[in-house]
Parts: sequence; C-alpha cells; structure tokens
Amino acid sequence: MIFKIFKKQELARLHELLAVNVIVGPVTKGNDRNGKPLYNFAVVSDFAELALDYTQTVHSPKRFILPYKETLSTFAMTDDGWEKHIDLNACQPIVFFGMHACDINALNKLDLVLAKSTYPNPYYMSKRKNLVIIGLSCNPEPQCFCRSMGTDSAIHGFDLFLTDLGDKYFAEILSARAFDLLSQISCKEPSAKDHTLYKQTRKKSKLYTAKVDTSDLTKILDLEFESKAWDYWGEKCLSCGTCANVCPTCYCYGVEEQVNLDLKHAGKTKSLHSCNLIDFAKVAGGHNFRPTSASRLKYRYYHKHRGFVEAFEESLCVGCGRCGAACLADINPPEVIASVRGKE
Amino acid sequence: MRNKLTCPDIFDQNAGTYRKEDPGSFEYTLPAEITSIYSLTATEKLYQIQIIDPEKRNRFSFQPGQFVMLELPGIGEAPFSISSSPVRHGDLELCIRAVGNLTNFLARLERGARVGISGPFGTSFPLQKMQGQDILLIGGGLGIVPLRSPLLAVLENRSKFGRVDIMYGAKNPAELLFTYQYEEWRQFDINLGITVDRAEPNWQGRTGLITELLQERISQTASLHENTYAIVCGPPVMFHFVCKMLTEAGLPMQKMFVSLERRMHCGRGKCCRCNIGSTYTCLDGPVFDYWSVMNLKEAI
Repeated sequence: MIFKIFKKQELARLHELLAVNVIVGPVTKGNDRNGKPLYNFAVVSDFAELALDYTQTVHSPKRFILPYKETLSTFAMTDDGWEKHIDLNACQPIVFFGMHACDINALNKLDLVLAKSTYPNPYYMSKRKNLVIIGLSCNPEPQCFCRSMGTDSAIHGFDLFLTDLGDKYFAEILSARAFDLLSQISCKEPSAKDHTLYKQTRKKSKLYTAKVDTSDLTKILDLEFESKAWDYWGEKCLSCGTCANVCPTCYCYGVEEQVNLDLKHAGKTKSLHSCNLIDFAKVAGGHNFRPTSASRLKYRYYHKHRGFVEAFEESLCVGCGRCGAACLADINPPEVIASVRGKE
Repeated sequence: MRNKLTCPDIFDQNAGTYRKEDPGSFEYTLPAEITSIYSLTATEKLYQIQIIDPEKRNRFSFQPGQFVMLELPGIGEAPFSISSSPVRHGDLELCIRAVGNLTNFLARLERGARVGISGPFGTSFPLQKMQGQDILLIGGGLGIVPLRSPLLAVLENRSKFGRVDIMYGAKNPAELLFTYQYEEWRQFDINLGITVDRAEPNWQGRTGLITELLQERISQTASLHENTYAIVCGPPVMFHFVCKMLTEAGLPMQKMFVSLERRMHCGRGKCCRCNIGSTYTCLDGPVFDYWSVMNLKEAI
C-alpha cells in the first residue's frame, strides 16, 4: 500500500477535482430530540455541505447500491405473447466522500454474496463497480461494536482512506485512480513522526464501550437454539423491520409484478424486505415457516452471525450499531448476544 | 476531463464472472409456451411447457429433483419442481396446485399461453449412485410431484436398479395425482402402494397412513442398511415419522433424501427468502440428504 500525507485544507481541492462526478457524502439532516445532529448520506454539490466530522448516519449508504425499490424488468405484450426488457439500472458513477470503515466493510461483505457467488447479481454489480470510495477515519459512538466484529478498519474495498491526524490527513491509496487524484493536489510522503501518529490513532480500544463476544458464536447459537432468551427478545420485537432498513448489510428482498393501466405493459419490482416481517417465510397456501416474532428475530441473528460465517468465514454484521439505535423496542445485538450466551 | 468517471461495462470479461447468456442469469428467462394442460384433480393441473427456441430447448438439461422459476408477466414468478423425465430436456411438465396469486392465474390460462422459464436450479437426487440399489419413493400429497421426475428416470433405465417401491398417500381418493399413469408404472415391475386418509364410497384401495405402507415394506426385508436408497417428499409431519421409521429400519441417513419447500423470490441465492437457518433451499437444496436436514435447525 502507498501512503501519502496532505494538509486538511487540500481536501476541498480534492472535492473540487471530483466535482465533475456525482458526489455522495454525509450531511446534517436535523437534530434528534436531545438536540444532537442527525446525519445521512446525500448527494452534495458543495464542499461546505459535507459534515465530515459526522458520528454515524442514521441510514447506511446501501440505498445507493441496493435501492429500496428497483425495477428489474418491464414487459410489453405482443401479438403472440410478450417481450421482456431488462435494464440493469447502471446509472452514473458515484463518488462516496467520507465513508467510515464499517460501511466500507459492509460493501465488502455484500460483494461476497451478491457479486462473488454462484449467480452474481448484475443489478448490484453494475452499481458497485461504478463507485469511487474515499474512506474517513472515525471515533467510536456508544453503540459501535465494530472492533468486536473486526470491521473497525478497512483493508480493501476503497480507493482512498483518510485518517485524521489533527491538522493533516494520512492517506492510504488503493487504486490508480486515487493515486492520480492525489498527484493533482499538494501532498507529500509521510515522515516517521506521521507513522507514529497514525499508529497512535489506531489504539483506541478503550473508546469502544459496546462489545460483543464473538468467540465460538456459531456453535453457541446452535447450542442455544431453544434458549428462553429468544422468546424474551421476540416478545419485545415489534416485527417492524426497522433494523433491516438501517442495516448496511441486510440485502433480503421480495419481488412483485404489476400490470400497467393500459393492460399492455407490466413491470417487475424488487423491494428490500426484512426477515422480521411476518410474511417473510410464508408460502402460498398459508403455511408460515416462521410464524412467531421470536423465530424471525432468531433467524436474523442466525443469518448474520452463523449462516454467513459458515458460508464466507466472516460475520455479516459490521457492528455499526444502527439497528440497536433505530430499534423502537430497544433491542440491540450486544445485549441479545450476551443474553443468548448466558452465564459462561 | 481527467477526473470524469466512466461507466464500466459489467459484461466486460475483466469485470467478473457474470455472463448474460447463462440460463441461470438474472432476469434472462427463456420464452416458453404451454402446449397442453391436463386437469388432474379439482385444484391440480399438469402443464406441458415447451421452451420455444429449439436449440435452447435441447440444450436445457436438468437432473431429477431440480426446479425451475416460472414467470408470468405482471403476475409474478415462483419456483416449481420439474415433474418430467430429464430425457425430455426443455419439454417440461410441471404439476401445479392453484393456491396463490400466480398459480390461480395459471389455472385460468389456456393452451398456447406464453410463460417465462429460468433454471434449472438447485440440487438433485443422486440417481447415478442409486444404480444397482433398491429404491423407495415415498410421497405424501403434492410430494408426489418432485418424485415423478426421478421415478420416470428410474423407469426408463429400469434394469439398472433393484427393487423399486412407490408409496403414495393422499387425504382422499379425489386428491390422488397421476392416477391415469399407475397401470403404466406397474408394468415396469414396481410395487406401487397407494393409501388415502379418508375413503370415499366407491374407493377400492386401502385406507390409512403412509407409515403403515412403509411398515409392511420394511418387514419384508431384514435391513435397509446395505442396498437401499429412499426419497421422501411430503408435508413436514410426514418427514418426521417416515424418516424416523427408515432410520430405525437401518437406512443410513446419507442414503435418505428429502425435497423441501420454501418461499423463493429469486432461485439464485440472493433474496434469502428460502433460507433455513444458514442454508439456501435454492442453492444447497431443495434436495437434501437426511443428515443435512437433521443438522439444520428448523428444516423439518
């Protein structure tokens, strides 16, 4: 990896260089009831709009790569049947300006199942391959347990990663494109002092208050399949799907088809779904394979922390804590997993 | 415009393994036509569906136990087990019960209607390994539908297999499927046992549970351990009792196969609707050996 260092004021110049493209970054959207700012990813046209000191966005950046609703195909009736038209919705490239490590890791995890698997999903790939990602270091929030999940730093899946060293940024360069960009601004080789500073910023374990013990978790989830803890959380769960909505890695979906009013055309729409919603595993005829909210909540944890690990050697959870922060019933992964593990 | 980004072509050979022409590719369904429809019962019909392009039809090859996704524009897409013999390639037979939006619409269609087919998807029954062995095919209700494809494949190569037993149970005589073929099947030196839960006035056959049929079969041989394979398909409660009986009769778990049903929206391991714990029914199933099912939480 190639490292560079540049002064903070050069960042505006970097933005300006990229401004010929669509830039998406964190912006302030308002305040919560305690007066703390709420952030979200949005298209920005001005460097001043970027809230680069943001804590965490309410929603993950997934909607730009995995839209909540997406037209998969359209149909046109013909004399002897129908024709299908497929549009991969490969729209314009997007530059992500200031993505935290958890969200970069979330995309890397989605790649495993959506792009590097048996049937790669072209709708996802067409958008994913159109991304330029500029990562940004962060300070852990109370809900963050990314260090427990091993996702507090990003090793790949970005073009450029910036670590805040006070008055300058320490840049990790991972692509030719990023290298070329940096050659257009004023930057220099990092000194031994910068190396030390960089290493110090990585030592922030103490700042992580939320923790999840993931040791042997796949086995413990199987051992505790009948645990009363699932019923306890299941009773609290409202089955609303908010957790999946804000989750950067929830990719489950449903497909619906609609006939147009002219009766000559039809469309097929994919919408992201949540395994907590009651109809998730319901089949035609009415049988529901997961009729209780406890069984659905349990399944969600199984998919994230067991199934995905079995398939890809890593958990699907990045420990961003958004689900816990957004949950109306105050259910969060560190507490759920601790209660399922029980006393050891 | 040095910094202006351009859209990469995802079909570019450097862009991954994605191939547009792949029959399992996303959204690229094969246009097919319903060539004939037979009413089997009040709610089930057998649809003969032919992939229109002759070349693609011949190239379409599947193994017994696999399924296809059938699409009706504007109505929906759903998975269906293939009921026909693999030698028929893209001349498929699907036996479908009118039970949901898509299947009720399908039931109103007439010959000549166009549908979309993609697949085949999923795992299959290991017919190669089954050669030279006795075969038990045990189906309950609609469970006979995925059993028909391996059955036809066995009948076509009858001399390669040992004793073949079919045990089929339905709620009542009117719900029995493929009744017109029973005589034809019997001509291939197979034992066909049919039972219904509730008899009707003119019912000549036997009444009772499928486990009684199975008990008779088990008592005829000393042990199923050495040379028997079983395929079981039916409602979850039937799996439970039948698989337990077979295990007690000495049939090794890895020689017992089941075909599971789940909700699916893609068939390609992406929508997660068919997940059982951590396993995709569409990729790792629908055919599982009994060991895999035992090892999976909430499978049956």
